[in-house]
Amino acid sequence: MSEASARKLSDDLLRPLLQTSWRFYVLVAFLGAIVLMGLGTWAYQMYNGFGITGINHPIFWAFYITNFVFWIGISHAGTLISAILRLVNAGWRRPVTRCAEVITAFALMIGALFPIIHLGRPWLFFWLMPYPSSRQIWPNFRSPLVWDFFAITTYLTGSVLFLVLPMIPDFALVRDRTTGLRHRIYGVLALGWQGTPKQWHRLESAMQIMAIAIIPVAVSVHTIVSFDFSMAPVPMWHSTMFGPYFVAGAIFSGIAGLIIAMAALRKFLHLEAYLHPVHFQNLGKLLLLMSLLWAYFVFAERLTIWYGNEPSEIAVMYVTQKGSFAPLYWTMVVCNFVIPFTILSLRKLRTIPGCVIASFGVLIGMWLERFLIVVPSLGHKYLPYSWGVYRPRPVEIIITISTFAAMTLLYVLFSKFVPIISIWEMKAGDHPSPALSAAASHEHALGETHA
Amino acid sequence: MSALYALYADGDSAQRAINALQAGGVSRDAITVLSGEPIEDQEFFETDKSTWMWYFASAGGLVGLIFATWLTRMTELAWPIKTGNMPIVSWWPNLIIMFEMTMLFGILAAVLTLLVTARLPGPRPVLYDPEIMDGKILVGVVNPANAAAVERALSQPGAEIRRSGN
Repeated sequence: MSEASARKLSDDLLRPLLQTSWRFYVLVAFLGAIVLMGLGTWAYQMYNGFGITGINHPIFWAFYITNFVFWIGISHAGTLISAILRLVNAGWRRPVTRCAEVITAFALMIGALFPIIHLGRPWLFFWLMPYPSSRQIWPNFRSPLVWDFFAITTYLTGSVLFLVLPMIPDFALVRDRTTGLRHRIYGVLALGWQGTPKQWHRLESAMQIMAIAIIPVAVSVHTIVSFDFSMAPVPMWHSTMFGPYFVAGAIFSGIAGLIIAMAALRKFLHLEAYLHPVHFQNLGKLLLLMSLLWAYFVFAERLTIWYGNEPSEIAVMYVTQKGSFAPLYWTMVVCNFVIPFTILSLRKLRTIPGCVIASFGVLIGMWLERFLIVVPSLGHKYLPYSWGVYRPRPVEIIITISTFAAMTLLYVLFSKFVPIISIWEMKAGDHPSPALSAAASHEHALGETHA
Repeated sequence: MSALYALYADGDSAQRAINALQAGGVSRDAITVLSGEPIEDQEFFETDKSTWMWYFASAGGLVGLIFATWLTRMTELAWPIKTGNMPIVSWWPNLIIMFEMTMLFGILAAVLTLLVTARLPGPRPVLYDPEIMDGKILVGVVNPANAAAVERALSQPGAEIRRSGN
């Protein structure tokens, strides 16, 4: 890469860090206010007790666990996709990876918060940790909730490291471009990075190892989240296909989240020169594939239950398809299959706005899917005398909305303080390894040259 | 401590300078090369490639596996309560914890190896120039024994010779 190109690249991608518009402060204030409202509502719930929520017998899992599964699903956008693209050396990954990895880190943090909110007494959360308490009680490793703790801890640790390590050379760049306090802060974050071949090799090796390790961990995380349900003898939960079904759904919603985040970054940070339509088209194709896979899983699940004709399962199936949950169910089908399939299967419609519309549909549809997994089954267990209904109360709705604001706020703040596109990886695209074949080299350059 | 270095706009010029330095008797270990991005298509980038990181990561994973096996088994035996008609030491659920701990320790071992072998956080370097972040490649020698010879070797077309330190 020529000096002029390298400088332009750095200037473009560092602009959001070095220049701040009034819009940034307004947005942060607005989102911060919503987050504060959510925190206040949580405090109100803690003070008054769980009775102020709509959660009651027999539906003890509702909005909060729906949000937990949804956000853990969204977290599959980043590290998993980034790790796969890194391993296959896809050139078009370069502008995409960091945008995606950030989603993983923040979505996991928000997702992991919901079981704690759901505890009612969050200060007892540490009981999940494996330590010998004063009563000599250890966590029960046969409980899926303890599996969650270990899986999410591993995935969050791995994802944060996978995000942070490639940021070190970019911190060094910011260190060299700034003065004063900012120079000192980024100097500390850069850890004395110089850019010797040895440092580059070690960084690449570490990223390679982490990419290999993080893929099975990501799959295990959502499989284990599905085990929270499928280990219980509850109608339509106790299914062997829940693991892959959840993983597919997680990747599906994750890609949708990534497309929306990228489109927003492209528009508001003026990154049109780096986030090309081809990136959206490629992700749009992946989204289409996952939409088809999701539809296949839903069909396989519903057909098996319908054919088996087991009364308790049929009751749940019909209440979702024909009963009180039918409007939500059919909205889910339209959002998760009809809209993305129609838009993304037609090349003309697979534009940036088309991908964004499809992605918004998928996010709505996947949240509804999580809700429809959690609530109808709990409300229609084996004997009708124990059936019940659930209506969310304002406290749950406010906390849910505030987590969406929290995610946006964290993303906005991150893109203000860290280059949201990995600058050194963009530059490295000009120096592909000779080990790459001719065809792969062409693919390698695709992300940089395709306008 | 002083250093003599040059900045090159492309990898080929940097490689020629390194070749000239080596031809002039400067050992490869004494030559510092810095760049703002990995230059994988150049010969000089091939140095220091071999690493034990994969072995350390595997060893870390093994430690995690052993730790998780001990933790799950020990705690189940320390509080032997029957749950869901499962045996006290239940290997199926324990496998999940063992898998997660294997991966976590493997990842942590890889990161630790990176930090140690890449010397991060490191001391303030003697030889450094912020211009490498704008696409330049730095080739230099710290405390050159024969400064004139080093300067001649570094004087490739388009190179900017610079000095740092005393």
